[in-house]
Amino acid sequence: MRFLLQRIAFYLFTAWAAITLNFFIPRMIPGDPVQSLISRNQGRISADAIQSLRVLFGLDKNQSLWTQYVDYWKQLFHGDLGLSFTFFPTPVSTVIGDSLPWTVGLVGITTVVSFFLGTALGVGAGWRRGSWIDALLPATTFLSSIPYFWLGLVAIALFAGPGSVFPSSGGYEPGLVPAFDQYFIPSAIQHSILPAATILVSSMSGWLLSMRNMMVTVASEDYITVAHAKGLSERRVALSYAARNALLPNVSGFALSLGFIVGGTLLVEIVFSYPGLGFQLFQAVGAKDYPLLQGIFLIITISVLVANLLADVAYLLLDPRTRKSG
Amino acid sequence: MSEPVLQIRKLRVDYGLGDEAVHAVRDVDLTLHRGEVLGLAGESGSGKSTLAYGLTRLLPPPGVISGGQVIYHPLDGPPVDVLALTPARLRQFRWAETSIVFQGAMNSLNPVHRISTQLLDVIKAHEPRSTATGRRARARELLRLVGITADRLDSYPHQLSGGMRQRVMIAMALALEPQVVIMDEPTTALDVVMQRQILGQLAELRQRLGFAVLFITHDLSLLVEFSDRIAIMYGGRIVEEAPAAELYRRALHPYTGGLLHSFPALRGPRRELAGIPGSPPDLRAMPSGCAFHPRCPKAFGPCDKDLPPLGPPGADHPGRAVACWLHPAAEPVPR
Repeated sequence: MRFLLQRIAFYLFTAWAAITLNFFIPRMIPGDPVQSLISRNQGRISADAIQSLRVLFGLDKNQSLWTQYVDYWKQLFHGDLGLSFTFFPTPVSTVIGDSLPWTVGLVGITTVVSFFLGTALGVGAGWRRGSWIDALLPATTFLSSIPYFWLGLVAIALFAGPGSVFPSSGGYEPGLVPAFDQYFIPSAIQHSILPAATILVSSMSGWLLSMRNMMVTVASEDYITVAHAKGLSERRVALSYAARNALLPNVSGFALSLGFIVGGTLLVEIVFSYPGLGFQLFQAVGAKDYPLLQGIFLIITISVLVANLLADVAYLLLDPRTRKSG
Repeated sequence: MSEPVLQIRKLRVDYGLGDEAVHAVRDVDLTLHRGEVLGLAGESGSGKSTLAYGLTRLLPPPGVISGGQVIYHPLDGPPVDVLALTPARLRQFRWAETSIVFQGAMNSLNPVHRISTQLLDVIKAHEPRSTATGRRARARELLRLVGITADRLDSYPHQLSGGMRQRVMIAMALALEPQVVIMDEPTTALDVVMQRQILGQLAELRQRLGFAVLFITHDLSLLVEFSDRIAIMYGGRIVEEAPAAELYRRALHPYTGGLLHSFPALRGPRRELAGIPGSPPDLRAMPSGCAFHPRCPKAFGPCDKDLPPLGPPGADHPGRAVACWLHPAAEPVPR
């Protein structure tokens, strides 16, 4: 318990540091978003309007950095992440709220499914070395070393195009209104198949490979020989003795990968123009949309920290050796 | 001598297949009698552990049993050939009839499960009709048997010392009251005080429960004290077999003599300690004739040509067997 409290305190400190950095970095980057908004509107904005834009965006240079920092924290606690430049005057929280479900839906489901499938196959491949699953290994090694986005491009080239059932971009049919009805949901699923398959194939291979290798390592441990000598069923030796120990590194890897769900697999979302957080981040960078960038970074930071905490808790639960003094 | 419980006949164990195969155990004949402690000693690489793994069919690949029989005689019922059991029958046989205490006390327990889980699962696997409370009571009793308090039942392996872990392993080995307990260097990883304590406990338990022990070690001094009979292994073969006291008093095989002279006696006159010159034979290229002849101080005519058979050395050595041309089998020793 004390260990857990220590970890939580550590993560709170890390969160503070990350948020502070998040505050300073955009203010140190050269380039002024108001300037880019003005040039986009090509002189149709009056000087008064420019000043009010600066105040609105919180870019009022008359305030001290400290006041800005305090204001930033106040806003954070109110859930106010500012207004997006690109979608002006939509609040950043709304923009993020709109794109988050897409990313969590696509990347979240594929991450979880690929972990369970990959690990299960890895257990089988490691336990029965030389069987048909083991013969897949060279292919999975190859697949896990390919970047997602490249696999995505190949998938688009092969499966999408005129006359294909797989659309090459977007999250749903243009013209449909997002709602839980019989028109929208099939369309959303249809649009997610290619990106999901891309992520699944690539990340599942990684889980399979690491689990298989851990199984092979654990299988030569003394306690596995003892378990065999005890006359336990093959299933119990494989699962309760071998896989249970081989699983430990994979579980912490999985908890960490949960943190990256929110960041999205940026490049996959870009390749498929998928309306998720990663695609939004990409657009925000292009538009110098600082509030949106800050907002997205904040969400990613927090989710990575929460995932780290989850990894710690998972390890505490799974490995008794990490629990200090009962 | 009492009836046999485990008979090993012409057992051969290879590592690898075909011409590349290394013959680690060569035509070993060995009989373990009911309730006795049979010590098996030899240098590293002499094949003693391979023999133990082979007869329980626990050999990791590329180990292969290439010949022979292992006959087990249950208390009631006909003898069975362990090497011919089906996988399901083998699982039933394991631990219930022959259990093993392994060398690595530190790594023999699954680190993520409690002691109780590991004691209980073996009872549950072999006695599916036992009740949970009955099993737990048995586990408690087993720990008490090896001198560990019952409140340790829910400890994890990392919370126990090396000696305690090995005692838990011994308790586990006795869980199903097997007829045979194989001990593969059970005390090698422990300090001598712990070693003595555990062996004392083991001798006492054997008296009480009456199981037979095949005790494998490279420490001959330990065996002289602890076992009823001793078999000496060299280059994958048994080279001498004799009651412990007689072997200690008078070794027939020069190799046994060499082993006996490599540790000091606590009592009796001072004597010069001597090692055995040379090193154990390369199993891939065994010497012709007797495998020991290149290192043997007494080698003569036939030693590098013909392999001496293991047999009784003569009328004045009852119950002994040796494979040495100095004591040819079935021929009366000249007086």
